[in-house]
Amino acid sequence: MKLIDIASVIRSKNSGPYELTFDVIFKDFETYGKVKAAQAVSKEKFCALYGIPETDVFHLVYFDPAKAVKITIRRPIPSGALGETDVYGAQQHAPLMGMEIEI
Amino acid sequence: MEELKVLSPTAILGYGFPEQSFKEGMRRHPDVIACDAGSTDPGPYYLGAGYSFTDNNAVKRDLSIMIPAALEEGIPLMIGTAGGCGARPHVELTVDIIREIAREQHLHFKMAVIDAEFEKDFIKEELRKGNVTPLGPAPELTEESVDECIHIVGQMGEEPYMKALEMGAQVILAGRSYDPCEFSALAISKGFPKALAIHMGKILECAAITALPGSGSDCMLGTLRKDSFVVEPLNPERKCTTLSVAAHSLYEKSNPYELPGPGGAIDLHKTTFTQLSDSQVEVRGTEFVPTEDYYVKLEGVRRVGYRTISPAATHDPVMISQIDEVIRGVRSRVEDNFNMKDRRDIWLDFKVYGKKGVMHMFPETPESSSDELLIIIEAVAPTQEEANTLCSFARSTMLHYGYEGRISTAGNLAFPFSPSDCRMGEVFEFNVYHLLRVADPCEPFPIHLLEL
Repeated sequence: MKLIDIASVIRSKNSGPYELTFDVIFKDFETYGKVKAAQAVSKEKFCALYGIPETDVFHLVYFDPAKAVKITIRRPIPSGALGETDVYGAQQHAPLMGMEIEI
Repeated sequence: MEELKVLSPTAILGYGFPEQSFKEGMRRHPDVIACDAGSTDPGPYYLGAGYSFTDNNAVKRDLSIMIPAALEEGIPLMIGTAGGCGARPHVELTVDIIREIAREQHLHFKMAVIDAEFEKDFIKEELRKGNVTPLGPAPELTEESVDECIHIVGQMGEEPYMKALEMGAQVILAGRSYDPCEFSALAISKGFPKALAIHMGKILECAAITALPGSGSDCMLGTLRKDSFVVEPLNPERKCTTLSVAAHSLYEKSNPYELPGPGGAIDLHKTTFTQLSDSQVEVRGTEFVPTEDYYVKLEGVRRVGYRTISPAATHDPVMISQIDEVIRGVRSRVEDNFNMKDRRDIWLDFKVYGKKGVMHMFPETPESSSDELLIIIEAVAPTQEEANTLCSFARSTMLHYGYEGRISTAGNLAFPFSPSDCRMGEVFEFNVYHLLRVADPCEPFPIHLLEL
């Protein structure tokens, strides 16, 4: 299955001008528990989807109170720099929706 | 004091709120009204240009309700990161709005204005002393990059607000601030635990974004006690749930367990969220971990040049199949015509929506395909005139470019507008995002008391 099938929120946003952060909030605690146990959302998979090196991932944190996983990465360019196409970083989540999950 | 109530009318000053929700908030007799007025989200432009991403009339509307309500109730009103970015011009434009309201409504009060803009010489001196370090992935700061800055601001903590309260301010208008400060300052001055006061501020600064359904333009109330706090929306159509409140710890943060700020971080590892009623959530257990030294986050921008853009589209399948070649050809024609191959101060770009638009910053992600493309031609140059010239020339060259297999020989582009080109003005980029070690949390942020 894909992440979009088991998540109620998948979003991206700047965390300051030099970082991008992605949040996935799962539909229920049971699914979240399985994903966490299998570490089904992982650095490797994320980096493969976005074509970035693993050294660019600053945090990948499972956050139990919100049944969520958060991934924070180096922003490829600082927000608003020349070449920008998403100043707020709010539309970088689409590839993550298609992440293949095996649990 | 066993309990302290904080009213947060809206997520950003100027985003508005229903008067009914605000009245409900005042009916609960809050101890302070607090509001965040800024963000770096809208990008570097606003700090450089010295004006706000919010609209002055909308800011005036919000303040013209908040100020008289606070004065009537005899409680302070605290506004942080005035004017969107909190440098001097942003604070001044908000001071002007407040003066206008005071005049129109015949209000008299003491207002503290807290400055958060730093002089370049001061930053250079601190840099030489080794007190400035990059924050996360930001590059090292040099004296040259400080000299290039238009404005440099520092995020104050709650301490300057507390000092302004001691000075008897009824309204506090502060420059760049760490978001939770205006919400936590009164509580911390009254001896409530810092961890809970800051965590509550972190939630309240986004107002009803934390509720379900979420809204950046509706009111929230926080009630702080010695061992816990409760947050609730003030519009009966919204609810706070343990999930909506817990999930908010993720929003725009790098790591939901550790939220760093001036003087230390709040730690959420032991935090619990409990549903008290269908719209109230109680939070406990958050801890504060102080840092050995006190650090202030600095933000600064430099001017890159001036921008002109031209949005243009195509629906021609042959043109679409040749688009990379067309762009290469147009670029080389422009560079040749103006002899600009070796110029480092010029930027010519073609953003191709329908192929690689939104996801442009991740070149390895798959390209989109579409039977239409929107191309935004962009030129950035040292003067507006030069940017206009380059954009105009690139646009006319692309319009008539003879690509391989072309059969639509009248023109390659569909322009949605006349004029087709748009002058965007100054262009800025962030060049300071650093931590400054300070000896005293108040000293870098001078307070001026005004009698209105």
